[in-house]
Amino acid sequence: MSKKIKSISDPKLKLEILTTEEVQKIHDATLWIIEHVGVRFPSKRALEIWEVNGANVDHEKKIVRAKPQLIEDALKKCPPKYILAARDPQQDCSLDGNHVYLGTDGCGVEVIDIETGQKRTSCLRDVQEIARVADATEEVGFHWVPVSAQDMPVESRGLHEIKAIWENSTKHVQTESIYNAAEAKAAIEMAAIIAGGKDKLRERPVLSLMQCTAPPLGHDGGSLDAALLAAEAGIPTGFMTMTACLTTGPATMAGTLAVGNAEVIAATALLQLAYPGAPVFYAAAQTASDPRSGAYTGGGPEDFLFGAATNVLSDFYNIPLSMGSFATGAKEPNWQAGLEGALSTFMASVVMSDMLLGCGFLHGSRIWSYAEMMMDCEIFSIIHKMMQGIVINDETLALETIANVGPGGHFLAQKHTRNHMRDIFLPQFLDRRPYSEWETKKDDARDWALAKARKILKEHQPDPLDEKISREFDRIIKSVEKQT
Amino acid sequence: MSEELYKEMAQSIIDGDSEKSVELAKKSIELQMHPLDTITKGFVVGVNYIGDQFGKGEAFLPELVMAGEAMKAAVATLEPELLKLGEARETMGRVVLATVEGDIHEIGKTLVGTMLSASGFEVTDLGVDQPAEKIIGKALEINADIIGMSALLTTTMVRQREVIEELDKEGLRPRIKVMVGGAPITKEWAEKIKADGTSEDAVGAVQLAKKLVGKE
Repeated sequence: MSKKIKSISDPKLKLEILTTEEVQKIHDATLWIIEHVGVRFPSKRALEIWEVNGANVDHEKKIVRAKPQLIEDALKKCPPKYILAARDPQQDCSLDGNHVYLGTDGCGVEVIDIETGQKRTSCLRDVQEIARVADATEEVGFHWVPVSAQDMPVESRGLHEIKAIWENSTKHVQTESIYNAAEAKAAIEMAAIIAGGKDKLRERPVLSLMQCTAPPLGHDGGSLDAALLAAEAGIPTGFMTMTACLTTGPATMAGTLAVGNAEVIAATALLQLAYPGAPVFYAAAQTASDPRSGAYTGGGPEDFLFGAATNVLSDFYNIPLSMGSFATGAKEPNWQAGLEGALSTFMASVVMSDMLLGCGFLHGSRIWSYAEMMMDCEIFSIIHKMMQGIVINDETLALETIANVGPGGHFLAQKHTRNHMRDIFLPQFLDRRPYSEWETKKDDARDWALAKARKILKEHQPDPLDEKISREFDRIIKSVEKQT
Repeated sequence: MSEELYKEMAQSIIDGDSEKSVELAKKSIELQMHPLDTITKGFVVGVNYIGDQFGKGEAFLPELVMAGEAMKAAVATLEPELLKLGEARETMGRVVLATVEGDIHEIGKTLVGTMLSASGFEVTDLGVDQPAEKIIGKALEINADIIGMSALLTTTMVRQREVIEELDKEGLRPRIKVMVGGAPITKEWAEKIKADGTSEDAVGAVQLAKKLVGKE
């Protein structure tokens, strides 16, 4: 299997979704929110850090109000570039503003079983198997914990999950399911073992942490404590806002952008106040709630616009972005899934969001489907191809060949054609067969995608993790389980 | 005269105008109208209208929520009058709502609370991060028919089971019914922990609550 990771770089396409003045306006609104409304930080440590740095802290309500200067100065300390290191250095992801990487989506609770096709509760084995399939694809650049290992103890679940991924893939692991200090400490210890020590871990962070905010304008205490520990250890850390127009944000997109931005940059500033220069990223998956029911949609034009607008914000702060894409609300791989996957990923990619999260889910990031994962990967590949744009030069204009063929001939027998025919994108799952062939088989992308995932799962053996390391992991996990 | 006023009352609910609904409730007291009439012939008509429109997909969620709040404000104004008369507004049932211990994600639960209130249930919302003993204690205190629990995390949804086990241990079921909800909650999970039901959204939660109190 290829060790190569496919990433979008040197884009030829551009989109101007917000003007410089508009971004400044959102930023100013955000600072106003942080100064006058405040953001809730329900963590003793976080509140202490804010207080020491001169912010106004309401200890009873755990709300922090900070002057614009404090936030802006802190944000200037964020490093603009760094890597997400992989067990295999060839598979490092460079967060430098010129690469877009795809990850698996995360935190699902059910899986469409790859053999039976039945929906069931997710377990540790699913985490292992999805990691193994992701390891084999060139589109997946890094992992999130795709589904919850619900057969593992609650207090150490997040650790079993990252162990499962490291044992089944050499790619970078970003966990979004560790949100308390005890597990974060243990996870950092595990990452340090892979990196070869705590100092090496700073240079080669094989783990990164993503925490969800609690919109509107709040955070979870455990998440804050975990993020502070990660930042201290030099592990890339991001806060993700999932603010939704109508429910956890204003009905207007601009207001929802500002609310989410306040959550993210306030928490990012906190990490910089505590550990200046700590690698941080912006993470977002804003949406609009369905006006008829309030439901989480997982897609729609607002999501697509947020997908493009947020990178303009993270560029303004000069930090990498992890952007929600794919994650359709469709219940099975269908028209809606294709539409939402393609548009969300295109909009997030065309502005060069550094990380896309991610492939594989149905029903608003709840149900994992291997077929969906494979088809999402193909969507990413199509967008990867589109982002290269159209190359215009003497070779590609092919005047000599055009003259050779002349009016009325064909280009099939031309050397130039042979040299360039492989530039043309070759899909795996788009149906281009004669109608009669489809009529006899009545199969489609979903069948082929599932077959591909089955084949990978059967055949692909990732580079194993040293057994000694696995045993060390077991020891660390046990010690966390004993504590509780 | 009162016909006109009833219409205005219904309209204040439809408009989600709490100030207006309270003003009209006060006016009805001045005019010595019977508070139960005020509620059933006036305000409830508005709630039912919005409910119907919502069911048809014509009214949107914020309209429903605002109607619910206008209704709540009007009823609160009339409550002392009802007490004086020694009468109580008929309730669909009493519900205790909470987000379980360790979890702070409550928007869905809050929404369920609003919808239940608007549908005639008496709702006590304990908020977030609530341990089993608090939830059960409150349920006993107010003689609740239903406990509703939410969780957003797979690591906290196990707390729902703890509350149910505790209720069973105390022999409080089936007297107290339990409904569970939250993004990771499935029908299978609800069955596994022996909850009395679950719903994926607030509208379904109201239907479920009505079923659980035998008032479908």
